[in-house]
Amino acid sequence: MAEPSTISPAPLLTDELDIVIPTIRNLDFLEMWRPFFQPYHLIIVQDGDPSKTIKVPEGFDYELYNRNDINRILGPKSSCISFKDSACRCFGYMVSKKKYIYTIDDDCFVAKDPSGKDINALEQHIKNLLCPSTPFFFNTLYDPYRAGADFVRGYPFSLREGVPTAVSHGLWLNIPDYDAPTQLVKPLERNTRYVDAIMTIPKGTLFPMCGMNLAFNRELIGPAMYFGLMGDGQPIGRYDDMWAGWCTKVICDHLGLGVKTGLPYIWHSKASNPFVNLKKEYKGIYWQEELIPFFQSVTLPKDCTSVQKCYIEISKQVKAKLGKVDDYFNKLADAMVTWIEAWDELNPSGAKSAELSNGASK
Amino acid sequence: MSLSIKDDEIDIVIGALRPDLTSFMSEWRPIFSRFHLIIVKDPDLKEELKIPEGFNLDVYKKPDIDCLVGTSTSTIFSGYSCRYFGYLVSRKKYIISVDDDCYPAKDNKGILVDAVAQHITNLTTPATPFFFNTLYDPFTEGADFVRGYPFSLRSGVQCALSCGLWLNLADYDAPTQALKPEERNSRYVDAVLTVPARTLMPISGINIAFNREVIGPALLPSLRLGGEGKFRWETMEDIWSGMCVKVACDHLGLGVKSGMPYVWRNDRGDAIASLRKEWEGVKLMEEVVPFFQSVRLPREATTTEDCVAEVANVVKEQLGSKDPIFARAAKAMVDWVMLWKSVGSSTSSPGA
Repeated sequence: MAEPSTISPAPLLTDELDIVIPTIRNLDFLEMWRPFFQPYHLIIVQDGDPSKTIKVPEGFDYELYNRNDINRILGPKSSCISFKDSACRCFGYMVSKKKYIYTIDDDCFVAKDPSGKDINALEQHIKNLLCPSTPFFFNTLYDPYRAGADFVRGYPFSLREGVPTAVSHGLWLNIPDYDAPTQLVKPLERNTRYVDAIMTIPKGTLFPMCGMNLAFNRELIGPAMYFGLMGDGQPIGRYDDMWAGWCTKVICDHLGLGVKTGLPYIWHSKASNPFVNLKKEYKGIYWQEELIPFFQSVTLPKDCTSVQKCYIEISKQVKAKLGKVDDYFNKLADAMVTWIEAWDELNPSGAKSAELSNGASK
Repeated sequence: MSLSIKDDEIDIVIGALRPDLTSFMSEWRPIFSRFHLIIVKDPDLKEELKIPEGFNLDVYKKPDIDCLVGTSTSTIFSGYSCRYFGYLVSRKKYIISVDDDCYPAKDNKGILVDAVAQHITNLTTPATPFFFNTLYDPFTEGADFVRGYPFSLRSGVQCALSCGLWLNLADYDAPTQALKPEERNSRYVDAVLTVPARTLMPISGINIAFNREVIGPALLPSLRLGGEGKFRWETMEDIWSGMCVKVACDHLGLGVKSGMPYVWRNDRGDAIASLRKEWEGVKLMEEVVPFFQSVRLPREATTTEDCVAEVANVVKEQLGSKDPIFARAAKAMVDWVMLWKSVGSSTSSPGA
């Protein structure tokens, strides 16, 4: 028996967090999230046909950007923002003025925990981000800062303060985030396993970062969250979040920031078409065999002390080492530079950047 | 997906630190009774062991240990380290070892956890140390590799060590438990995951299993605290041994898993009383962790024995002068390799 969803007395960080949602269809899913999302500001990035009107449910405070807005705001630099792919969401990260971002797909709904209670995914992400990570030594009882847990015997006390958390990577019940070949082999597989853990991904370890249910500290890592060149006119799709995740993890490892994965779960309702996915992913499946060793061997010089500097350095190495895999990576490396230039323009360090005029907003 | 394992490929090794094993064995009977057990009595324990009938087992006591390794060497098997004698004399492929104050746990559905079966599943399905799978164990029912996981890494590597967890009394150090005397672990995390390559962790000896043929010699008694006692709060021997195992596994391309199975660890001892004794261990970890993180084994080390010998060398060179406890540990490691070669069964094969 499900209890009515309880909202904590004061939702945390309401003035410090934006929820970024890419959409091409509609935002009906927001109704289910209303109890948890309504206190927060939304940034809707409308992909596809800009002449279409996306209706936002009443009562939400939001900005909405379509392709025309993106082109107008970024000018020629808008070339780095993908079209006809949810990768366009990273535009939302760039225009946000907040410290934290939560991004969620429009086919993700509120899940229930094993006791039947609705999961406030945003609240859990915020807890994950506000609480340290422990990338230097693995704690076998997972998150040591959680109620009812701690560091185990043998965990050095000097490492128990942890490091700031830059990314909180949530998971999905129901339709798992499988690639196309796996979907084709196991079309009926559903993730029903609720793993009650949050853990820090150790330093030096890469992972596949999924953008469906993801939160991050924009001030700490924002510029690394570029979701690449995907979709229309590009040879690849469904690797946007992967690309951002590998860059982000390398930079977090370099700067001593933490990445967590695990809770919260959302309910992923829509299985995309595996044949369509296969066409999008097919090059990625080959390329990732080169990409993984590349990212595993990236070293950043000591003078890369900011995320932007790290990111530019990675873009140079992408050009130098991956350009020969495919010319796409030359374009991607250039787009990475464009992204940083656009980011810095819209987010000058020091004073807050001027308010942008945007599309329909409340 | 696991290979079918015959019961006679498994030894269950129990170190008896308390004489009366009646309730321990009775609780584990439904799970243990199929297997051969090796019970090693702590040589310091004076009372007679009480073991219920109906098990297929061999019991080793001080005279047996003295006989096999000599009275001067037998001291290395005192306390919790007595179980290493069991590893030494076993002739089986897989060993499962739990502390004698642990009982079978129940999972979230209230079903008794077959810790042996879970450990065997962990050891006989591949580990995936080179890339983290966000849905944890990809080989378990209802899960798989997620989007973005490179295909070339999906066959995984052989799993050499399976580290289980504990409900009720978690394996905290004395200061932590003393600060939170009422804290008990009630969170059952339904996952097994591979500990990534080059990531170190504190490997607790309370509930482990390993492939003896592949990694046996690396589980060893060597670091002994000055005040080592008969509670886990007063030891670091398993943590040290675990570091050696992980470094060797990373070098040999073998996997280490952590997570299920859980055992139920009974309340025992007084954390505050143990504080004095374990403080030494807590201090030592500040040296031990950075040290092991920096160890790089040479290409020529192709067997587990080679790895242990190399680690012993580096311990002696880099830590030996910092504290005599490390110099003694290094020597103990070298002695262990020799002992394993002479007494242990055929040498381990190089990692997969």
